[in-house]
Amino acid sequence: MEWALANMGQIFSLGGYHLVQAVVPLVLSVAIAIPLAQLARLNKGLAAFILSLGSVLYTVPSLALFVILPVVLGTKILDFANIIVALTIYAVALLVRSTLDALNSVDEGIRQAATAMGFKPLQRFLSVDLPLSVPVLFAGLRVISVSNISLVTVGALLGIPSFGFFFTDGLQRNFLTEIMVGILGTLVLAVLMDVVLVLLQRVLTPWLHTAKIQANDAIPLPESAAKGVSA
Amino acid sequence: MAGPDATASMDASSTAATLAATTPGATMIDFRNVAKNYQGGPAAVENLNLGIDAGKITVFVGPSGCGKTTSLRMINRMVEPTSGTITVGGRDVGTIPAPALRRSMGYVMQSAGLLPHRTVIDNVTTVLRLNRVPRATARARANELLDTVGLSAAMGRRYPNQLSGGQQQRVGVARALAADPPVLLMDEPFSAVDPVVRAELQQELIRLQRDLAKTIVFVTHDIDEATLLGDKVAVFATGGRVAQYAAPEEILRAPVDDFVAAFVGRDRGFRHLSFSPGTSVPIHQVPSQVWDGTNSASASTWTLMLDDGNRPLGWLAPAGGSATPLASALLVPGGSLFHTGDPLRNALDAALSSPSGLGVAVDDAGQLTGVVKGEEVLAAIEAARTARAHGSRLPRAATPEGGH
Repeated sequence: MEWALANMGQIFSLGGYHLVQAVVPLVLSVAIAIPLAQLARLNKGLAAFILSLGSVLYTVPSLALFVILPVVLGTKILDFANIIVALTIYAVALLVRSTLDALNSVDEGIRQAATAMGFKPLQRFLSVDLPLSVPVLFAGLRVISVSNISLVTVGALLGIPSFGFFFTDGLQRNFLTEIMVGILGTLVLAVLMDVVLVLLQRVLTPWLHTAKIQANDAIPLPESAAKGVSA
Repeated sequence: MAGPDATASMDASSTAATLAATTPGATMIDFRNVAKNYQGGPAAVENLNLGIDAGKITVFVGPSGCGKTTSLRMINRMVEPTSGTITVGGRDVGTIPAPALRRSMGYVMQSAGLLPHRTVIDNVTTVLRLNRVPRATARARANELLDTVGLSAAMGRRYPNQLSGGQQQRVGVARALAADPPVLLMDEPFSAVDPVVRAELQQELIRLQRDLAKTIVFVTHDIDEATLLGDKVAVFATGGRVAQYAAPEEILRAPVDDFVAAFVGRDRGFRHLSFSPGTSVPIHQVPSQVWDGTNSASASTWTLMLDDGNRPLGWLAPAGGSATPLASALLVPGGSLFHTGDPLRNALDAALSSPSGLGVAVDDAGQLTGVVKGEEVLAAIEAARTARAHGSRLPRAATPEGGH
């Protein structure tokens, strides 16, 4: 505890680095996975390809990816871009599948109604399909957000700053407190991200958070309901 | 919901007004040699030729899988025909970009198809907003329409899941009407609501159509709904073949083949009475009293009990030998009512459903005018049949289903 208080500055600065490395890939992956998933939805053959590519990419060990990427991208080994790109790849690999599920969760009848009203395809996708897929999409996003937060720590092995530094440093110095602080910091970040995502989802889906109003409260008894039983 | 006029009778004069408001005989939608084949299946629609009258309700009716919905969806290009052409107002729909074509037609579907993530008002303004109508103008129009379909403006702020099925269906109709399209496509719009609400929505549609005179194409599998709403009914047989295309009265009276006869069902004789006016049935006086809760039965006859507004409440059974005084003082609920202007079907039903065997007749205000006797209704039916046999077609009666 004393150690943590004494190193507050370092904890916050590493936490900041950690957060950026987790959030940026998450945002990028959403932007990439949504169009990919829609392409997959419209084309069965493409769907099989995209989904298997996602699975294959996810099996590449993270450390290996961190080492290979600088070669592929021409970046320096300590460049943040490596982590960002690597984590984006993992996030997209997972998110494509849940985005596809999310888009498939939209009621076909509603889609047809929107088409029948005269929405153009892109218009309909943006203003009907996408908003309605938010609940399922966010379920996937929350899992990926947590996995991202934990994957960021691996970058510490290459010397990229994050809470992972406390793991490597604590291990070398055989100092358990430091490791504990690293774990705790990572947990706090994961919970924080989750809370933000839950709140964001609520804001994006106001129609799911309305009180159920009694269906008949505003209308008088229909006249025809009473008809034919008098006399 | 919309007050008394929601179920107001569609009398002969307003039918005439509707006729006058539209060009008689003009064809709004024309199917020419239209076919639709899905890969590897039998033809969904084969060689459909059909002209749909402007300003009228045309009903496509038939068993499931007969191609009626497919035919409807070809009008707004939700389904593209394999061959043939469909024209709307003289233009080949194939030459109009699909989104623009669809915005020019109202569309109402079974489960209302409201966008669950938009409030009622935003649902109604959808097509207007797609047409780039300013938000304020669109909202004002939407509020007008909510009123037209019998919903309060307060409903506009709700989400669809906060409405009953019937209310959702009303919003669906308001949304379809928002851009004031000349054509309304309705795909089994009332089949997912309960019978009471359905009857209400049907009467509401008749009322709306009287004012709006849209060209409505209405798909249903319910022959009763078809004959109630349709100015013309197309009976579809499997494979998208139109077995008969005629006024509902003619379909019930003279089904063209065994398929149509079987489809319109064994009650078609009874249903057809909806198209014979009930004015010839004599109305008789009946013993009646104002009900004060303590009336006692007269010795030998059924007595009709009235409220202080002369409206029937129920029957008091005759004091038979076995009935105890207490039991005989209980009001027996009556049957259906025969309103002035109703067709023979309602007269017969009133007589058949009455515990006394006497059908209670009332005027438009619901006040007692007398009773009709079953045997005299049958005589009137026989007279109508004889008159028809001699070629003097009787005018179509006002409201087939007991609207009042």
